[in-house]
Amino acid sequence: MHTDLPPTGHPLADTVARFAWLIPVLPLLGFLANGFLSLRAAATPGPADPSAGGHHHGDHGAHDAAHDAAPHDHGHEDGHHAERHPAAGLVSLIGPGVLLAAFGLTLAVFLAMRGAREGMHAPFVMTLFQWMPTGSLSLDVAFQLDQLSMVMMLIITGIGTLIHLFSVGYMQDDPGYPRYFAYLNLFVFFMLILVMGASYPLMFVGWEGVGLCSYLLIGFWFSEQANADAGKKAFIVNRIGDFGMLVAMFLLFANLGTLSYEGVRAGAAELVFGGALVTAICLFLFLGATGKSAQIPLFVWLPDAMAGPTPVSALIHAATMVTAGVYMIARSATLFSLAPVAQLTVAVVGVLTAVFAATVGLKQWDIKKVLAYSTVSQLGYMFVGVGVGAYTAGVFHLMTHAFFKALLFLGSGSVIYAMHRAYHATHNHADAQDMRNMGGLTAFMPVTATLMWIATLAIAGIPPLSGFVSKDEILAAVFARTHHSTLAEATWLGIPGSVVLYGIYALGLAAALMTAVYMTRMMLYTFHGPNRTGEAERPHLAEAPWIMTGPLVVLGVLSAIGGFVNLPKLFGGGMAEILHHWLEPVVGEATLQVTLGETPHLSHATEYALIGTAVAIAVVGIALAWARCKPAALVPAAEAPAEVGLEKTLANKWYVDEAYDRAVVQPTLEVSRTVLWKGLDTGVIDGLFVNGSAYLMRGLGWVGSQLQTGRVGTYAWVLVLGAVAILSAFSFR
Amino acid sequence: MIYDLAVPSQLLAALLPDLTLMGGAILLLLAAAWRPESDAHQRLIGRGAMGLVVLTMGSVIATALRGATVTDGPIAMDGFRWTMDLVILLGALGTIAISTEQHVRDGIKHPESHVLVLFAASGMMILAAARDLMVIFLGIEIMSVAVYVLAGLNRRSSRAAEGALKYFLLGAFATGFLLYGMALIYGATGETRLQEIAAALIRHSLALDPMFLVGMGLLLIGLAFKVAAVPFHMWAPDVYDGAPAPIAGFMAASVKAAAFATFLRIWYETFYSVYGLWANTVAWVAILTMVVGNVVALSQTNIKRMLAYSSIVHSGYLLVAVTAGTAVASGAVTFYLLAYTLATLGAFAVVGALQPVGETDAPIASYEGLWTVRPWLAVGMAIYLLAFLGFPVFGGMGFFAKWYLLSAAIASPGRLVLLSVIVVLTSVISAGYYLSIIRAMFMKPRAADAPEIPAAGPLTRTVLVVAAVLIVALGILPGQITPLTARSGFAPHPVDPALLSIPAQP
Repeated sequence: MHTDLPPTGHPLADTVARFAWLIPVLPLLGFLANGFLSLRAAATPGPADPSAGGHHHGDHGAHDAAHDAAPHDHGHEDGHHAERHPAAGLVSLIGPGVLLAAFGLTLAVFLAMRGAREGMHAPFVMTLFQWMPTGSLSLDVAFQLDQLSMVMMLIITGIGTLIHLFSVGYMQDDPGYPRYFAYLNLFVFFMLILVMGASYPLMFVGWEGVGLCSYLLIGFWFSEQANADAGKKAFIVNRIGDFGMLVAMFLLFANLGTLSYEGVRAGAAELVFGGALVTAICLFLFLGATGKSAQIPLFVWLPDAMAGPTPVSALIHAATMVTAGVYMIARSATLFSLAPVAQLTVAVVGVLTAVFAATVGLKQWDIKKVLAYSTVSQLGYMFVGVGVGAYTAGVFHLMTHAFFKALLFLGSGSVIYAMHRAYHATHNHADAQDMRNMGGLTAFMPVTATLMWIATLAIAGIPPLSGFVSKDEILAAVFARTHHSTLAEATWLGIPGSVVLYGIYALGLAAALMTAVYMTRMMLYTFHGPNRTGEAERPHLAEAPWIMTGPLVVLGVLSAIGGFVNLPKLFGGGMAEILHHWLEPVVGEATLQVTLGETPHLSHATEYALIGTAVAIAVVGIALAWARCKPAALVPAAEAPAEVGLEKTLANKWYVDEAYDRAVVQPTLEVSRTVLWKGLDTGVIDGLFVNGSAYLMRGLGWVGSQLQTGRVGTYAWVLVLGAVAILSAFSFR
Repeated sequence: MIYDLAVPSQLLAALLPDLTLMGGAILLLLAAAWRPESDAHQRLIGRGAMGLVVLTMGSVIATALRGATVTDGPIAMDGFRWTMDLVILLGALGTIAISTEQHVRDGIKHPESHVLVLFAASGMMILAAARDLMVIFLGIEIMSVAVYVLAGLNRRSSRAAEGALKYFLLGAFATGFLLYGMALIYGATGETRLQEIAAALIRHSLALDPMFLVGMGLLLIGLAFKVAAVPFHMWAPDVYDGAPAPIAGFMAASVKAAAFATFLRIWYETFYSVYGLWANTVAWVAILTMVVGNVVALSQTNIKRMLAYSSIVHSGYLLVAVTAGTAVASGAVTFYLLAYTLATLGAFAVVGALQPVGETDAPIASYEGLWTVRPWLAVGMAIYLLAFLGFPVFGGMGFFAKWYLLSAAIASPGRLVLLSVIVVLTSVISAGYYLSIIRAMFMKPRAADAPEIPAAGPLTRTVLVVAAVLIVALGILPGQITPLTARSGFAPHPVDPALLSIPAQP
């Protein structure tokens, strides 16, 4: 692989950053190795054949292929008696190993970049090779190392390593173990391509790649129809978003003639501020983001995506992939800052999603569904951040959210693992993910409970935990922009921008309140009160092995102290706004454009008032949940009465799925079936064009073969006829 | 530096790769005759032949790197020659590698078969270099005579004998056209050197001289026979069907590559000045070839015959590049031929591996459910077929081969939009037969009474893997090979622009 080194003189040119291309290559190698091991095993029939592995029940990570075998004494110490995959040992080494190596290299590059901070005004772009040199469009495979991609790379490889380690324990008995790690490695590869690519097309390659891996992993236990359907739903919904991305890219190329970030950044100067073109580009980009990052109206796939293994939910559907939309907007900050209307749209959609998802989260019984809606809601917050031009705040919340949401998901995975083992040991088929079947788990799994409480307090916004700092920064930014900013001066659907921003702020607080409520509710029902798992199952409940709790501890520490990366000036002193300064070269200019060239300034009194409000809301939310949710009054899922009224509406997610089904899916299916399929496809296209032309062609082909008599005489005759034709063509003119 | 081919030492240096191959082949022929026929001896000579091909490749590269050129003379020294040499030798290397193992299964014990491949390859290398009608004829005959024998290698098969005889009879017939064409052109211009002919055409304004026109037409017929363009293609399915699979692959890949090398050379260096006279005719031959080849391929039930029609179709596509007549187009041809050679080698290796011992028939039905018994063979075959189809990503180089060909056709002075549209439309037809094989391999169950497929030997496996990996890798990174193939593109001989103004588009 030849590497066109970037212009010498860049401070990173002679450092370890030269080898940054290895960072995505490592997980790719892991994918190849694990994929090979998986295929090899598949090619060897016998006990190792995954297809012989039996059925799966929803998200049962500790699935045991020996389910139907004679009962064994499943003590938790002796582990499961499932036949582990023959290559499991090697896979457990390769899968997390390549991630760890990639993380190490990322850290080294990060240190190099930190060392070169003073000179890091321009990104370090390394062209690996020309991809498609054709005409005016020359696509290069080039990576861009700058402060923004660095943050993302650290999150992806760092959290990725932890989740890979967790998976070693969680998936240990799964017959598809190598396949799982192959997909997970491939996901990390594409995610790194997404954030490291130096142009929109390369980002799109990663964008589609992570979508593919997400589809494969959601449907990982594809023998269950529901899981396969969830995978398909995610895939199809994301295609709508991709349409937006593609249109945005076409518009960019048609008008700026380039698709590389640096080219767009330079070309953006030619775009008219607030013009229709840049607004359209930004709105189409945002349509892409709503698909990938599960915002209104395309959020419906994410809760269903929880059908995949829980570590997948943690890595893909909480920490990394779903935040790609936020990254994309931060990456396109130059464009978005030129389009206040598009920015307000982003922020409004973000805050509406935050509130809406939070209300649904209030009434879910499936522990992963609570976390799924919580993720949708928090993603809404991030969009509020990048929407109002506080790009750093959005990326900051992305980072802290990656910490505490990965912890919550892995923690829930640990709970499900314990529950499943307990039910498995007694051959009970109750739902291992329903909180009504849990309760009082603190006694059995104290480590998980403690760590999840840290994450819960962080997401609820209790200072000084990470979630508080980042959420507060977003809300403060919204408040600061209500005056003296391009957004306040714009009008959105006829409403003055400042009014919209006040509305966003108020709704943001409402969402924060509900966040505190549903998270506390989840914790109370899961870990407190009496245990509802069942008499027979109780002795089997236990903490997960260290390979799973270890990553949880690391994430717990990060969730607690992650906020210190970007403390507000008010508290930080010398340590204030580290992330802000770090990202300054990438998004600083765009941020200033939104705030009319001045650093937004709130008086100390206002700032204290804002922080006070935020903390008060969090405390009220927790207290409210504590007062209203009585774990002791709950009964196991099987005996629970049906919900009524608003509760039922919330539990059914406002019937959005049903509404989409009625309004979009069924009519589409109906039209597809009657008009497109029966009429157009079967009748006209299949009948007339495909089969008709196939028959015609085959008929002609048959005529042609009939000429192929096998007799040399015939052949010579045809040859002579051809010769006569050619000679006539040359002679008679 | 510039070689003067009149100086014997410099002529030798210019012909070093060709002489290496020929000399080595003669020695190997002696070695082959030394001992009685046996599988072991056949394999030994095969190893020796492969070594010789690799050595020749090295000498091609060494000569190319020396950077010497010639301005005139009977042979060329340019990037086009070297690249085509490498493509041809690659085809020969793969063929010998596969046939050393395949021959054992087919019961062919003739060690000289590998030597015949070497002789054919040396004829092809002469074609890649030749710039003189006499040398071209020499190259064509050296190649053809060896291939006639190879086609009938399986002496116990009546189909092979029939195919070889047909090939020989029709080939002799076509050679008559070719030679007569050369004679007429010589008669009209008094020259045999390509450049001199071009110069004489302009000097004496011979463009509309009937003797020259008929000569050019006869030359076109002769070459169209060699590349199996419609309507001079009838021999191909029968011959491929009868020949052992590796030899059929050699004919489809390397014979075609060499024929196109000289086709391009003659048309670019000599006839470009009368572009308007032949462009329509060649374009019509291309259209006819693409349409007939694709349509007839649809109704084939024998995979070797289907691949024969597929190779006819690819000749049609390549004729589009001949019609384009630009340096970009000749670069596209070399890229195309490289991709096509790799895919053809792989596809015929799979055909050979799947052929039941002692049979030459290869029904498509026997590919059903291949994925369940030999998954890697199925994956490889899918890659080769997708490369033929020009499918993006999984077809690897095949996609870019067509892409470069189309962009060269559209960017050429003649703006061959109609031809390009036909390339794309007929490619759609070709999906009908390529994909149906893939569907049979992956989606149909294996018949219960289907014969056991023995494991492919190590050399065959190497060829299969290398071909598939190169196709896919160079499809992801075409930029790694395009500098080579683009440099191999040589511009048409400069001509009086007035002569070019005759309209071209059919």
